[in-house]
Amino acid sequence: MSDLLETESERLLAAVRSLLAQKGIASPSEISERIAITDRASPGQGARMVAKAWTDPAYRALMLEDGAKAAEAIGIPMRGMPPLGVLENTAELHNLVVCTLCSCYPRAVLGYPPFWYKSAAYRARAVRDPRKMLEEEWQTVIPPQVKLRVVDSTADYRWMVLPRRPAGTEGWDEDRLAAIVREGDMIGVTLPQA
Amino acid sequence: MDNDELPRAHHDLGGVPKFLCEPVDVEPHALTDFDKEVDAIRQILGAKRVMSVDELRRGIESIPEADYHRLSYYRRWIRSITDNLLRKGVITEAELRAALGGA
Amino acid sequence: MMLAPGSAVRVRFDWPETRGPVHIRTPWYLRGHTGTVVRHLGDFPNPEDLAFARPAEKRALYHVLFAQGSVWPEDHPGDELLVELYEHWLEPA
Repeated sequence: MSDLLETESERLLAAVRSLLAQKGIASPSEISERIAITDRASPGQGARMVAKAWTDPAYRALMLEDGAKAAEAIGIPMRGMPPLGVLENTAELHNLVVCTLCSCYPRAVLGYPPFWYKSAAYRARAVRDPRKMLEEEWQTVIPPQVKLRVVDSTADYRWMVLPRRPAGTEGWDEDRLAAIVREGDMIGVTLPQA
Repeated sequence: MDNDELPRAHHDLGGVPKFLCEPVDVEPHALTDFDKEVDAIRQILGAKRVMSVDELRRGIESIPEADYHRLSYYRRWIRSITDNLLRKGVITEAELRAALGGA
Repeated sequence: MMLAPGSAVRVRFDWPETRGPVHIRTPWYLRGHTGTVVRHLGDFPNPEDLAFARPAEKRALYHVLFAQGSVWPEDHPGDELLVELYEHWLEPA
């Protein structure tokens, strides 16, 4: 069996795809449809949740209590998705998410995980020397008096960070706030900038 | 306790010394059509209870260490998916050989 | 056994990897270390069985907090690690 598994990946995919179609398990149109659905999830969705939490205390409370309910409340489909936990950054605490065992990522609200999140370097360094990694790779400096909490996403939950609202955004509406929230801000490698 | 002496599995990467000095490639890498198709097939197999995400992971973890680090993310996935489909008898080795011959 | 928030727990110092094919969600670097239960996250089918398509009993999953400095030499005082761990990997400390 092992020689077959070592077949070049594109040929393996083509063969598996044709067998799954023959057996009625996955047709080409089902695959295309699934790709289209998956492409609709993007960091813009998580950013909308963050912006709403910054402007609506009741929504913020819901989001911290149950991330999946908060996502559904603004129309993000969560059916069949793992539970979503939300980690709030404060003046005293900064959260950073990693999956050292594979690549668990809050895909429902952020889309496909970025390349760096899946890399061996990120998975190794984030749990062990996170401050140095954040400074070297993202120029993100967590002040020494702020506690850094690394969340290793090992099991059934998925985790996203609710970043702090940056100064200089007073009076901004939700759309304008959502536009400054990036993928990395919701994993904890970067901080939103006004 | 010397960390290098512990019998860690090779996918269990938290804090592993040999990666601590490796830079993180923070540049965006767009997914290819290959990547998206593999991802979609995994989702369909999960939704239809043909293969769970835990089985996918087990298959990825059983890839030998050198291949694990050499193969891209979704190349590991298609290898694990194929491994699982064969193990579970969803497809047979003969069928796969035939499909590869014609691919 | 239901662990209350604040309970001190030790992660089992065990290496099933050495005893045959397994799928484990407890990172190597926590084995044998002591942490504090933050909360019970729910009960989930044991992934160690799901990975082999075996019947999987539900197991309690906890969020457990560790001091960075108790796990790694590269400590910044006060920094923490928060990890999801299943009940069968935890013992009272």
